[in-house]
Amino acid sequence: MAHDCPSRSVKESPVSLKWTDTEEGRLLCISGPWTLQQARPDSEEVFGGLAGLAAGARLELDTQGVSAYDASLVSLLFAVVRKARERGLEVDYRARSQEGVSRLLQLALCVPEDKSRAERERERDFFSRVGEATIEKYDAFLDVMHFVGEAVLSVGRLLRGRAIFRKQDLWTTVQGCGSEALPIVSLISVLIGMIFAFVGKAQLDAFGASIYVADLVAIAMVREMGCVMTAIIMSGRTGAAFAAQIGSMKVNQEVDALVTFGFKPFDFLVLPRMLALILMLPLLTIYSNIVGIVGGLLVSWLSGIPALVYYHQTVARLDLTQMSLGVIKSVAFGIVIAGAGCLRGMQCGNSSTAVGMATTRAVVTSITAIIVIDSLFAVLFTVLDI
Amino acid sequence: MEMIEEAPQIEVRNLTMAYGSKVIMKDLNFSIEKGEIFAIMGGSGCGKSTLLRHLIGLNEPARGEVLYHGESFTRAPQDRRAQIMRGFGVLYQSGALWSALTLAENVAMPLEEYTDLRASEIAELVRYKLALVGLSGFESYYPADISGGMKKRAAFARAMALDPEVLFFDEPSAGLDPITSRRLDELIVQISESMDRTVVLVTHELASLLSIAKRAIFLDVTTKTQAVIGDPRELKERSDLPQVREFLNRGDGPVPCSS
Repeated sequence: MAHDCPSRSVKESPVSLKWTDTEEGRLLCISGPWTLQQARPDSEEVFGGLAGLAAGARLELDTQGVSAYDASLVSLLFAVVRKARERGLEVDYRARSQEGVSRLLQLALCVPEDKSRAERERERDFFSRVGEATIEKYDAFLDVMHFVGEAVLSVGRLLRGRAIFRKQDLWTTVQGCGSEALPIVSLISVLIGMIFAFVGKAQLDAFGASIYVADLVAIAMVREMGCVMTAIIMSGRTGAAFAAQIGSMKVNQEVDALVTFGFKPFDFLVLPRMLALILMLPLLTIYSNIVGIVGGLLVSWLSGIPALVYYHQTVARLDLTQMSLGVIKSVAFGIVIAGAGCLRGMQCGNSSTAVGMATTRAVVTSITAIIVIDSLFAVLFTVLDI
Repeated sequence: MEMIEEAPQIEVRNLTMAYGSKVIMKDLNFSIEKGEIFAIMGGSGCGKSTLLRHLIGLNEPARGEVLYHGESFTRAPQDRRAQIMRGFGVLYQSGALWSALTLAENVAMPLEEYTDLRASEIAELVRYKLALVGLSGFESYYPADISGGMKKRAAFARAMALDPEVLFFDEPSAGLDPITSRRLDELIVQISESMDRTVVLVTHELASLLSIAKRAIFLDVTTKTQAVIGDPRELKERSDLPQVREFLNRGDGPVPCSS
């Protein structure tokens, strides 16, 4: 006996879904306007209708009573058919369906689900997770070592005149991390100098030794603040830019294109950037020192210390050794910032999210390294009694 | 006179490609003769572009090797590899133009680095190569200023910059209008026939596949190995494998579906 869908009474909700038992299994009758704007039953509730059907039973779908439909209907039916097939039911969605619905369903069901992916993402036990994390860390360490090795080889090629890169790239980078950084370095340095002068003066006034503000500002700037602040500014400004540039070149396969033309990406991309920053960071540091001292002078002058006195006090306090400490450190910072930027760029994955991550990691790596290196230098200088 | 049998331009022996432990394709064996237009075909995601990356040395085989003129490229030392690679011209799927350089500079850079030509000669070559792909007048544009199809054509010109022995094209006509794609097909045929260059192309474009490729390899995503090699026109009519016939006939007839 053929089973028909029960006729619908007028009072019911416009969307209706009914299960009817048949000899071979069950019939799902759907009618009414099924659109995304219409409230529809919960999928889990609908799946409940499959309960009690044994494998091999037959499930029929009837959508002849549907007055309007969009993806909201087809997606529900798609889920039902999949669920039913998982349970080993035989599904007939064609015989009693509107042509459009059954064709869309057929297209969606056409290519079976790729199970390999789900399998790969299945839960792993504690030991494999620890193992994987360890291997990952070890690989990251190898990456850094590999990068350092490449850098040494690349500098070797540069000295033998065999490194190929565009000279123009070097000069544009020099400009980018040199003169173009002057405004921000000026602002930060003058403010740091002023802050030190304010704070120092408040303390030294208590001892009637306010003239020593000049010593305090000068030593703080040339030994620590000048080089560290410049390095931090440059890691945010230039190191991040390096990572983003190289990272997006990787995403866009531009790095691959270099390789296939026989160019060494390291020489081509990393070398000019490293050279430029190692060249410019010490210069910027010297500039920052001077601007910082001027900042201190401004504050002191406004609070009554004659500029000339401040100047003589500063000159008397500084000597070449003091002034060279910050500059020496800035060379190390330059290597670290450019290295971190380029390394993270070269490690970048294949998406725009990866570029953002590379940039963040470049900044985090270089700022951490700057502080660590600075403290190592502090220990070294103390031991050497400089 | 005794004929000396020449080794094929490219030979792939027992190549297995994998990303980590996930095997993409296994046991690939084929060779490509000099001057041939050879196509790599197969459904999307089956590893066509990956195979191309193996042929040009950007990916390392999990097993097996790639040989050029009978010499192992896979096992060659770095410097020798770089030397062999200089004989390649590669068009990437995305174009991969160097975004910091103008179109003219993109084409000129390999010439500047690897030839002793004067600047004026290079400029002339660059203008000619860009004209071949229909980009006359766009010399000073940056890649960001032009459309996707134009980028592809500019990248095509760059791939030809050094008149390489072997040209690798990854989807050369994807995203191009039919007229332009036809012109590029003609250009590929001319390069191969009149200049005796080898062309390896990955393509979905049936029209160009059937009209220009002399031989093609079909990669089967379900068995993860090569299904068949042959003249695509013959395969279209007479292949024993339904999936190959279906692919080449665009699955004409009722919508192909396994369910």
